[in-house]
Amino acid sequence: MEGFEVSQSETGGVSILCLKGYLDAHTAPDLENAIQRLVDKKTYEIVVNFTDLTYISSAGLGVFMGFIEDVRKNGGDIKLTNMKPKIYRVFDLLGFPTLYDILDEQQTAVDRFSKN
Amino acid sequence: MLTKPVNTLPKTQKKYQLKLPSQAGNLSIIRGLVTKVAAQVGLDADEASKIELAVDEACTNVIKHAYGNSQGQMLDILIKVEKNKLVIIVSDKGKGFNPSRVKTPDLSESIRAGKKGGLGICLMKTLMDKVDFEIKPGLKNQVRMIKYLT
Repeated sequence: MEGFEVSQSETGGVSILCLKGYLDAHTAPDLENAIQRLVDKKTYEIVVNFTDLTYISSAGLGVFMGFIEDVRKNGGDIKLTNMKPKIYRVFDLLGFPTLYDILDEQQTAVDRFSKN
Repeated sequence: MLTKPVNTLPKTQKKYQLKLPSQAGNLSIIRGLVTKVAAQVGLDADEASKIELAVDEACTNVIKHAYGNSQGQMLDILIKVEKNKLVIIVSDKGKGFNPSRVKTPDLSESIRAGKKGGLGICLMKTLMDKVDFEIKPGLKNQVRMIKYLT
């Protein structure tokens, strides 16, 4: 079975979610729960690091669609970083780069929060 | 003496069929088979990953929408290796939909409306060379996806 893991940490007051494995319709609820837990704690500055993510389907992208409005309304953002080309292509095909901050490096995303 | 060229290869060279319970937990098994067949017909990893994703999207639509995540339903995947193409047919007996009413998603509008989905068919059409639907709700719905082998 292809698994999925999401781990949470904090850097400079920004919450970091690191994704690992396969994000599809089966595993998307795990990511949804992780972001929901942050939102419940009124944590709205979130960076999602994709370094160890091997696969994503639109069910995974849907999780980011579901939260972004709420997070931005509260002055925050969900920034996406460190995607492999194969993962970025899926976001790109669906037009996400015009609406989401997708960056090469996690630290750049963290810095961008502190500048705003 | 004139001889007509004869195609000695049968139209379908190989067939693979999977019949699985309609559960998202089975998507990884389906992706595994698709990736292996794609490699076997000589597609590179990049092309194989496009087919893998398109089939995942088709199956996810069946699990979520045709069967509404209900247990005890079956998902049918048929992969046919033909002379110049790979044909993948995903079938179900669930709730159908009208393919002509499926529009290209407007992402910013979807986000404003709080929608978390509606991207699957768009992805399938982008990733595959041809996608068509045959919808007979409750009897047999079928999505047929083609990737030409060049």
